[in-house]
Amino acid sequence: MKKIIPIGPYHPLQDEPEFFKLYVEGENVVDIDIEIGYNHRGVEKLSETKHYDQVTFLVERICGICSTSHPFAYVNAMENLLGLEVPLRAKCIRTIVGELERIHSHLLWLGLAGHFIGYNTVWMWSWKYRENVCDILELISGNRQHYSMFKIGGVRKDIPQDLIPEVEKLCTNLVAVIDMFKGAVMDDPVIQARLKGVGVLTKEDAINYCVVGPTARASGVDIDVRRDDPYAAYGMIKFNVIVLQNGDVFDKAVVRILEMYESIKIIQQCLDILKTEKGEIEIKIHFIPKGEGLGRHEAPRGEVFHFIKSDGSNRPVRHKIRAPSYMNVASNKVAAVGQTVSDAAITLAAVDPCYCCTERAVILDRNDNIIYRYNDLIKLSQQKTEGLIKKLVKQK
Amino acid sequence: MEIIKKSLLKSLWVMHAPMSPCNNCDIEILDALTPRYDLERFGIQLVGSIRHADVLLVSGVPNYKNYKKLKYLLDQAAKPCFVVGVGTCSCGRGMFKDSYNSPCNVDDLVKVDAYIPGCPPRPEAIIAGVVKLINALK
Ligand code: SF4
Repeated sequence: MKKIIPIGPYHPLQDEPEFFKLYVEGENVVDIDIEIGYNHRGVEKLSETKHYDQVTFLVERICGICSTSHPFAYVNAMENLLGLEVPLRAKCIRTIVGELERIHSHLLWLGLAGHFIGYNTVWMWSWKYRENVCDILELISGNRQHYSMFKIGGVRKDIPQDLIPEVEKLCTNLVAVIDMFKGAVMDDPVIQARLKGVGVLTKEDAINYCVVGPTARASGVDIDVRRDDPYAAYGMIKFNVIVLQNGDVFDKAVVRILEMYESIKIIQQCLDILKTEKGEIEIKIHFIPKGEGLGRHEAPRGEVFHFIKSDGSNRPVRHKIRAPSYMNVASNKVAAVGQTVSDAAITLAAVDPCYCCTERAVILDRNDNIIYRYNDLIKLSQQKTEGLIKKLVKQK
Repeated sequence: MEIIKKSLLKSLWVMHAPMSPCNNCDIEILDALTPRYDLERFGIQLVGSIRHADVLLVSGVPNYKNYKKLKYLLDQAAKPCFVVGVGTCSCGRGMFKDSYNSPCNVDDLVKVDAYIPGCPPRPEAIIAGVVKLINALK
């Protein structure tokens, strides 16, 4: 007999509202339904009511964890529209902020993952050391979260020369922290036993579900926007893209840990460039012409995509955002089904879902009439799930 | 009544209800409970059910999907249960005021006892807010 276990929408383990329905038979998860919409704020529509500079702050508030990813992709899109090349110094500062954010986000995930499997020590540790990253960000931008560093054509704040040694020192200190986590996760037999072979996402499924970011890279799909389509300073910098093959939760954790080392390498190289490069940090922009722009950024969770359409006024006519969790969450359908209930929580968490990012869309027709509101969208998503279920059954 | 008040002030248990936040306020709430700030030393603990909670921390702007649930949630709480709005969003909706999916403010739905503004408020601000609430209750 099928039983339904609801998780959420308000659940102490989750820091944001989301609702999972696990259909279980005995101990085994036979199906899963994900209901979202608790976070929908209509950012894409709001963006059309704000002028270009304000949109940078609006997209920052799509998501708190990746609060630099969205502005990053947005300014990339705007600069693509303008055909603009930002000064080298601005590029390096952008890259530094982006990579610091990756470290803080991965630490945050590691903590939550530890919490999910009952290792509260890992949780407390990683959140403790996450504070150090927040300190660096505060030093650079003045804010622990929501750094507001980005603007179209450059950055809003410079990293002064006398601050660089200190930032460098703090970053070097982080290496020891990551070493510790590497040891705690990779050499611990209990974590290995608990995570290896759990929630496997095969390479084939990863490609079919179009997953991105660490979720894809843990399944052997070698994609990374930073390397494949370099922007900001990534083209001038040496770093490795971490790819592992097994696709289980353990590999997803390892990918994230190893990525943090790469991030520190990138930051150090950027700081070296900053030491000698003394240029402007922004180009002033007075006019946004008619046109379209695409921007991408490799966020901690995968590729963020922004599309901007301008009609020559001071506001975008269309702003489309696609966040990485949008693809990654759907892959739970294959990763979590067939697991035991006890493994489900960590499997669901392993893609590092971010619903704040995922839920903005509303579908409009040509005359701006809303044809789908949130409940229609739910219906739509339910139908889609039903379709998927049918397809899955047929395949069997 | 005296004894309830006395025990309440020694150990406020909080539950956190994200309405539709950007996540940062929630992270800062959790941050306040982790080693650097360690709210637990004041007896403040995060609990999993509203039935155990003395304080409901609300973050984010209500939207059409969840705005009715906030009142429903509060109705299930053992009284007294205090409501604290964390972040600019729950104080006055901030930049999401004009969103088509945001029907009202948090304080249109329930009575809010304390507001902690900031986007996001620092963990220190959250601690200060809770301390102010405790002092006001005394
Ligand atoms: S107040 Fe700011 S940080 Fe808090 S939920 Fe709202 S936008 Fe996010």
